[in-house]
This record gives sequence, C-alpha cells and structure tokens, in this order.
Amino acid sequence: MGDVLPFHFQVVAALIFAIGALGVMLRRNMIVMFMSIELMLNAANLSLVAFSREIGNDQGQILAFIVMVVAAVEVAVGLAIIISLVRNRDTVNIEDTSQMKW
Amino acid sequence: MRTALFWIFSVMAVGSALGVVGSLRSPINSALSLVLSMLALAGLYVLLEAQFVGLIQVMVYAGAIVVLFLFVIMLLNLRGSGAGSAESRPIGKAAGAVVAVGAVLWLVRRLAASRAPWPEVDPTYGTTRAIGEALYTDYVLSVQVAGVLLLAGIIAAVVLAKKKID
Repeated sequence: MGDVLPFHFQVVAALIFAIGALGVMLRRNMIVMFMSIELMLNAANLSLVAFSREIGNDQGQILAFIVMVVAAVEVAVGLAIIISLVRNRDTVNIEDTSQMKW
Repeated sequence: MRTALFWIFSVMAVGSALGVVGSLRSPINSALSLVLSMLALAGLYVLLEAQFVGLIQVMVYAGAIVVLFLFVIMLLNLRGSGAGSAESRPIGKAAGAVVAVGAVLWLVRRLAASRAPWPEVDPTYGTTRAIGEALYTDYVLSVQVAGVLLLAGIIAAVVLAKKKID
C-alpha cells in the first residue's frame, strides 16, 4: 500500500475516537451526544480492522461485525429512550434530565 | 493510488467527524456529517481489504442507523435546541480538549514505535465468503447471541417508544 503503514490507520482511528469523546463531554444535546458515541464505536471498528489486516487474520473483522450489531441495537433502544424522554419532559438538553442524579 | 485514496478518505472521515460535533445550528447537520464520516470509513475498510465489513458499514450505518437518527430528529421537530447557554461551559470544554489531545498524542507516540509493513494475505481475505464461513462455523455462538440481542432490542424499542410513561 505504498508508504501508508498500519500506524497511519491507527492514528485516524485515534483522532475519530478523540473527536467522539469530546462530543460526549462538550455537547449538551442528547442526540448529538448519541451520534458522538457512534463515532467512538466506529473508531474502535477501524482500529480492529486495521490490526486485523496488520496481522493477516480475519478475526478482527468478525469482532467489528459483532460491534456493528451491538451498535445497531443500542441505537434503536437509545433513540426510543430519547423519544420517550422528549414526550414526557419536552427537552433534549441533558442538563434538564436530572431526576436520576443523586 | 492507494496512498492518495487513504489520505482522501482519512481527511473526509476526520473532517466530517468534526462536523458532527461542531455543528451547533441543527442536529440534522450533525446527522448528515455522520453519513459522510461513515462512508469515508467504509472506503478505508475496503483499502484494508475488508470488503465485507465495508459493505456492511454502508448498509447498516449509512443506510439504516443514520436514517433512524434523521427520523427521530424530524419526528421530534428539533431545531438547534440544546445549543443555548448550557453549551458554553469553559472549564469543562478546556478540560475535555486537554484530555482528548493528550490521549491522542500519547497513543501516537506509543504506536509510532511499531512501523511494521503490511503482510501478504491470500486473495480470499476479507471476502463475504471467508467471513461468512468463519461466522457460521467457529463463531456460530456469537451469531446466535447477536440474534437474541436484536430481538431484545426490537422489543425494548417498541415498548419504550409506544406510550407515555406514568
């Protein structure tokens, strides 16, 4: 692959993960925070696939596939929770949903 | 050629990831940036000769998950909410940025030590056939568990989104 090394893919994955983590920490909109979690899951997937190619074994790809299944379920349940929160409290700002705070 | 594609897809993925987090105007802009990021990642998977994972990435993420996000945003009719005063907390922002940049720098330094080249793989590597055979022989238990998890997810989503909670 020319002068692109496995290392470069890992750096891209690290950058995307960091952006996702920043999104969860900085944004207060629940839906955007949820998208940031998706970004982090995708960064982990990229890392898995790149390591899998680096050692020439396809187990990492299978793990990435399972991560995608879990992410799909998580999105369905999470968005259902957000819908029900908006119906009951009429807000997507995470600061307004503090009834589970101790 | 491959080097050029790598840079194009990487810049696209990281740039649109920034777009997801940085677009304060409307969650719809974030969702559309997310599609772009997912498509760029699918390109990177194909460059890594993981065609099956790239295909699933396009179908599941760009095709289903982001559409679900868009459906919910439009259903709830959100317009830039959540970008108000609570969005500006300087201490939290600074701490988050420092932690994220520090983590990336640390990771890059650790990973830069290994500059291994790519090994040769046989032509069946990463094809749908190879992954399918592995999934339905060695990893059949994972497939079963994934099926049960999907069923539980469907039921949970229907129950949660159906009616008002008392």
